[in-house]
Amino acid sequence: MSSLPEPGTEPGSGRPDVLVHRFRSFDLPFHASLNDHFTILDPWTDSPPDEPAHAFLARRAGRARALVCVGPTTLPADTLRLLPSLRVVIGTSAGVDHIDLRECRRRGIAVTNAGAAFAEDVADYAVALLLDVLRRISAADRYLKEGLWLKSGNYPLGSKLGGKRVGIVGLGNIGSQVAKRLQPFGCDIAYNSRSKKPSFPFPYHATVHDLAANSDVLVLCCALTEETHHVINREVMTVLGDRGVIINVGRGSLIDENELVQFLVRGELGGAGLDVFEDEPNVPKELFGLDSVVLSPHRAVITPESFEAMRELTVSNLKAFFVNEPLSCLVRLE
Amino acid sequence: MDSIGVLLTCPMLPYLQQELEKRFRLFEFWQFPQRTQFLEEHSGSIRAVVGNISAGADAELIEALPKLEIVASYSVGLDKIDLGKCREKGIRVTNTPDVLTEDVADLVIGLCLAVLRRICASDKYVRSGEWKKGDFKLTTKFTGKTVGIIGLGRIGTAIAKRAEAFDCPISYCSRTVKPDCKYKYYPSVVELASNCHILIVACPLTPETHHIINREVIDALGPKGVLINIGRGPHVDEPELVSALVEGRLGGAGLDVFEHEPEVPEELFGLENVVLLPHVASATVETRNAMADLVIGNLEAHFMNKPLLTPVV
Repeated sequence: MSSLPEPGTEPGSGRPDVLVHRFRSFDLPFHASLNDHFTILDPWTDSPPDEPAHAFLARRAGRARALVCVGPTTLPADTLRLLPSLRVVIGTSAGVDHIDLRECRRRGIAVTNAGAAFAEDVADYAVALLLDVLRRISAADRYLKEGLWLKSGNYPLGSKLGGKRVGIVGLGNIGSQVAKRLQPFGCDIAYNSRSKKPSFPFPYHATVHDLAANSDVLVLCCALTEETHHVINREVMTVLGDRGVIINVGRGSLIDENELVQFLVRGELGGAGLDVFEDEPNVPKELFGLDSVVLSPHRAVITPESFEAMRELTVSNLKAFFVNEPLSCLVRLE
Repeated sequence: MDSIGVLLTCPMLPYLQQELEKRFRLFEFWQFPQRTQFLEEHSGSIRAVVGNISAGADAELIEALPKLEIVASYSVGLDKIDLGKCREKGIRVTNTPDVLTEDVADLVIGLCLAVLRRICASDKYVRSGEWKKGDFKLTTKFTGKTVGIIGLGRIGTAIAKRAEAFDCPISYCSRTVKPDCKYKYYPSVVELASNCHILIVACPLTPETHHIINREVIDALGPKGVLINIGRGPHVDEPELVSALVEGRLGGAGLDVFEHEPEVPEELFGLENVVLLPHVASATVETRNAMADLVIGNLEAHFMNKPLLTPVV
């Protein structure tokens, strides 16, 4: 008697079904290489134009046990309910706040992220934004290119990084890489995290408010969860002070953005370096006229190395899943 | 001491000017358009010159000040001071080393990151209001890139320490090999440029290092290579650099200094892979105050017959 094909596999092909879940404008840069090992189902390319996505999923994705969630594509409970065989969601970004984790937990669906693949690039970017804000690199570059060095003389003085107290919010993969990079700059590093990390030699503060009260700079490297939503609020910004600087390479909603804008415009906060915003790609226009801010369109991970690491991680996790081996970068679902 | 004449060559930090005025009789050179007349009238009382990177003390000025005893530079660079003439006449010279080392090294890393990760171009893009979701261009990772430093003095060493935290392999070229140095030494700048991704100029400007970055070095650095200059503009053959960048023969540049400051070649303005700064490497409130304190400290020490704090001559 021939053995039954494993659910989720095309008979004879040995390439299990994997659903690629993405916004139309986002694509996996390594789509092609996945085809070598898996049968890729993609509503944008595989379904007829008049078939709505949910109909495609119901018709074709019933046996898919794995889903690759591309970038920040929202994965709500509604979509998950159309996928009865789903056992794992492979995220290609560091954050997983766009995935309905509660529904995944309820169904016993494992979720992995790609934080480890990006940590170095994101840490580099955080330091880049910090140096730019303190030393006014983008502002001075702008000043020069507008002809003002000739017309108006020297650019106003910036602020030295050495001796500044830098508070890292979230000492995970990314936060620890930020700390490593800042050490030779003569910064005093402290942190807040969900739990104290005994292996790290820096002072720990139990709350972000406490950390802010003892810092000149805050670098946000933590995940966006219900607890961390708007963790940077009016109280924290007040205690950070009018020379305080906030660098955000986490998620826009870690900060109460409306408050942030008011503090910056009124000069009650010294500066900010922001790669993320509450409602991307919309950025509060009041920030465009400020020299004290550096604005970036969510590009901290956009390097060939991060993309390659993301590809490797995605492929290796998919392979591991289908042969029942342990997955890397599993997200703890609370 | 308030009868001691001190000549300030050009406007500098207000704090420095205030502190000089408190202690000495301060002459602001730029307030006297008739230089010859001014010198005739006052040269007899001027015993010190405070200069900087824009206006120092050349042979002509030194000759015109017969009572000159000390030149205190509000800079670490000495290329605007005729050191030979000072030695000849027994005139002391001081500068401001060490206090600005960290700021300069910090800015080098800031420039490396700004160029490779296109920070300034991204900021400009967001401010244009044109950001559309899913629109991105790959930028170059900084961590792990090979860094070549020309000049491994105080500033070069501080740069290397910082780049090491990004796991960058470090190599250098210097007048002499540094003993007990873990970084790889190359005997020529061309060899250094051939073997690194990011080339950093961190040496003093002397007749030997004039145009040390020339066509040959730029070719060796190549279309993916990046040049960072926080030394002096004349370290670089500027027209060669401009054409290499415009033609894509060099991957990018972060420049804080230029051959004819404040003039900067406009052909560079539209290039996303070029970051241009108006000579700000030591331009922080903290460091400029510390530099001013050194200038004052050196002058006070001299006129009280105490050892100079940071003498060069």
